[in-house]
Amino acid sequence: MNAPAKFFRKSGPTRREVVVVSAVAAGGALLVGCSPASLLGLGTKDTDFGPFGPFLRIEADGAVTVVSKHIEFGQGNHAGLAAIVAEELDADWSRVKVVQAPANVKVYANLNQGVQGTGGSSAINNSWDQLRKVGASARAMFVGAAADRWKVPATEIAVKDGVVSHPSGKSATFAELLAAAAKVPPPKEPALKDARTFTLIGSDRVRRKDSFAKSTGTARFTQDVHMPDMLTAMVAHAPRFGATVKSFDAAAARAVPGVVDVFKIPSGVAVTAKNTYAARQGRDALKVAWDDAKAETRSSAAIAASYRALASGQTQPGGDLKWQGFDQHGAGGPPAGGKVVEASFDFPYLAHAPMEPMNCVAEIGGGRNKLTFGSQIPTADQLNTGMIVGALPGSVEIETLFAGGSFGRRANFKSDYAAECVHIAKHVGGGRPVKLVWTREDDMTAGYYRPMVHHSVKVTLGADGFPAHWRHRVVTQSIMKGSPLGGGGLDETSVEGAKGSPYLKATPVVDGQVILPDAPVPVLWWRSVGATHTAFVMEHTVDQLARAAGKDPVEYRRDLYARAGAGRWLAALNLAVEKAGPAQAGGWTRGVAVHECFGTVVAQVAEVKLENGEPRVGRVVTAVDCGVAISPDQIAAQMEGGTCFGLSAALFGQITLKDGVVEQKNFDAYRVLRIGEAPHVETHIVPSGAHPSGVGEPGTPVIGPAVANALLALTGKPTSSLPFVKS
Amino acid sequence: MAKSLTINGKTVTVEASPDTPLLWVLRDELELTGTKYGCGIAQCGACTVHADGQAIRSCQTPISALDGVKITTIEGLGGTHPVQTAWVRHDVPQCGYCQSGQIMSAAALLAATPKPGDADIDAAMSGNICRCGAYQRIRAAIKDAAGVAAA
Repeated sequence: MNAPAKFFRKSGPTRREVVVVSAVAAGGALLVGCSPASLLGLGTKDTDFGPFGPFLRIEADGAVTVVSKHIEFGQGNHAGLAAIVAEELDADWSRVKVVQAPANVKVYANLNQGVQGTGGSSAINNSWDQLRKVGASARAMFVGAAADRWKVPATEIAVKDGVVSHPSGKSATFAELLAAAAKVPPPKEPALKDARTFTLIGSDRVRRKDSFAKSTGTARFTQDVHMPDMLTAMVAHAPRFGATVKSFDAAAARAVPGVVDVFKIPSGVAVTAKNTYAARQGRDALKVAWDDAKAETRSSAAIAASYRALASGQTQPGGDLKWQGFDQHGAGGPPAGGKVVEASFDFPYLAHAPMEPMNCVAEIGGGRNKLTFGSQIPTADQLNTGMIVGALPGSVEIETLFAGGSFGRRANFKSDYAAECVHIAKHVGGGRPVKLVWTREDDMTAGYYRPMVHHSVKVTLGADGFPAHWRHRVVTQSIMKGSPLGGGGLDETSVEGAKGSPYLKATPVVDGQVILPDAPVPVLWWRSVGATHTAFVMEHTVDQLARAAGKDPVEYRRDLYARAGAGRWLAALNLAVEKAGPAQAGGWTRGVAVHECFGTVVAQVAEVKLENGEPRVGRVVTAVDCGVAISPDQIAAQMEGGTCFGLSAALFGQITLKDGVVEQKNFDAYRVLRIGEAPHVETHIVPSGAHPSGVGEPGTPVIGPAVANALLALTGKPTSSLPFVKS
Repeated sequence: MAKSLTINGKTVTVEASPDTPLLWVLRDELELTGTKYGCGIAQCGACTVHADGQAIRSCQTPISALDGVKITTIEGLGGTHPVQTAWVRHDVPQCGYCQSGQIMSAAALLAATPKPGDADIDAAMSGNICRCGAYQRIRAAIKDAAGVAAA
């Protein structure tokens, strides 16, 4: 199929072309028989990657460079990805560095997703086999070169720390063998190591490669880009989601020294200036009248009330809005006379609020289209840029930098802020670099939040005290609808974690349904996605069931995991409980929670007390099963950080709307966890030889319900809404 | 309008207007980009630098207030400061964006309180947000740099 080539003729694609090309980004669901990567990669320049391929370079002095197709924004994947190559290559780890791959979907696609991108805690998971082969293949080339030079059988040759040797005493470094190794044909299926012989993977030597740069201010973020003749841009955005520019008065803005131009773009009114301070002053001096005809004007409290009314049946859905079953099994109603537990849960909108607000640098025109920024889904950013400027997606260059956090925010199939920068740079033209800077206020009020969610659960226990009938209703806004991944079926991200839960598997009759009303508020995945609410609902419900049944919550879970065949959950729970040891003195109450997301199971025992009416979390004992543990240190770092991220949201996080306007604009109103509120997290890894799964997200959703369960034990009161601390 | 500032031991002349926050002079005019913008309202600490040894938020400090004041930024710490080496030893950074500010706050703390306890650390570091949640390692690295045993 060659039709997509014509989509990029003339000045830009039509709406229908956008839809079709977007479907390509989805993984080709609508283009059966085509290779999506080949379509998305149209226009990609051919690159000579050298003898070891696109993921590995070995310099003349023997230094090893691993090319990461995944962005590093804190999760530590660069260390893990490099260690996979270095292990199979038997490289000297101290001489391995990591660089970021440019956009090129043909060679750097995420093998789980079909596009180049980082998300779903998939970096290590999708790269494991691929990078082991890269390392093993290069190792075989060095061994082949040495065998040829020394006239000995390859099977007698050993490699250690970048040195190739033979029992006869002959040895040579990678540097000495490089020219010869480069001429050895790479094996098609290189032999991989037996995992029991790993010397680097799983050791404490697998540490971050970027700590020095990030401790000296030399790590380069988008915010730090300076280019000759570069303009800095800011944009006045509508206060309400879905509003558009009616008119604007630029006179005062243009009078600010340093302001270069003021003009309308699709997302608002742009101000370009010679520096950031001038851009900010110019933007603040703008007078813009907004058209709210299609805008969200409700308050978040009203939206939440509408969700509750749908869940209770007080409101019947109309139009296209329908309840969809996500888990309906077994037959019959609740057993007569069984004990009934009802629980409901309201979750607010959450901002990602990474420390680096959204930003992008674009050079458009003058023979090239280039973006330089923390691009989380380069393929989507190429595609959206191509559609704005009328270029083949593969021809759009992207240099990916470190990002100061993301937590899902930079993974946007609409490329919202990057597209905004491209519009501005296109207007400026001539390839002049433009750095779009969002203020914290821009970032926090721009939407793409974790959606508001309501759950209603009604469980009837059998005579044995275990759930016999489980009715579950979920009301939220779809993340996937309208994105190229939204195929019109069930939006799994809205129910994942409830769907597939061992507690539902262990229940004979389940009636689980979800409904997804639209709203103009843009929503997005937020670190751990569906688990941000489903883990809370399932884990806090189970403690309420155990309480109703008069059973210990840990023992109750063990029985349910046995019934559901959830052996990994059981092992993680047991390890966390064992490591937690006897209860601590000092007035701490324990809460337990377990959850699995993205293939990784995390169990936590949290020690909680109430201080001045706020929950205080002390020690958090964590057990994690993520398959083969590549970097125990970075797994611990992600459990520590993920727990803080989840606890911050559970304690304080909420974005509210008043008449459609976001009420939290900066960290003075959007309270986040600070050092004195952070728990001490102990991490214990469940030994495993399974294919590795990710750790960036799974550490986040467990702490909230663990705290709620501790508070239930402490006060007898269940938690029915987050955050715990109402502002 | 030219103005003279003392930054990392050097006298520099800048063109920015007197009301310009130090942060933007450092980042845009002097291209000392280690100091970060995070919130602009002195709530997050990403922009922390030293003014005569005290930790200040450069996003809320106009350059007009800095006559005769010695400014030190992360670039001026030299890379071998005990706080920086402890940061690397503990692999404190995750995304790393807040870490310049964290390190400047920690360095000011240790200069004033060489053997800080947990309460000292909480007080000195509570103005620095880390969204990655590296707080546990920040605490450990400060104690390591100070030669104080971890709790």
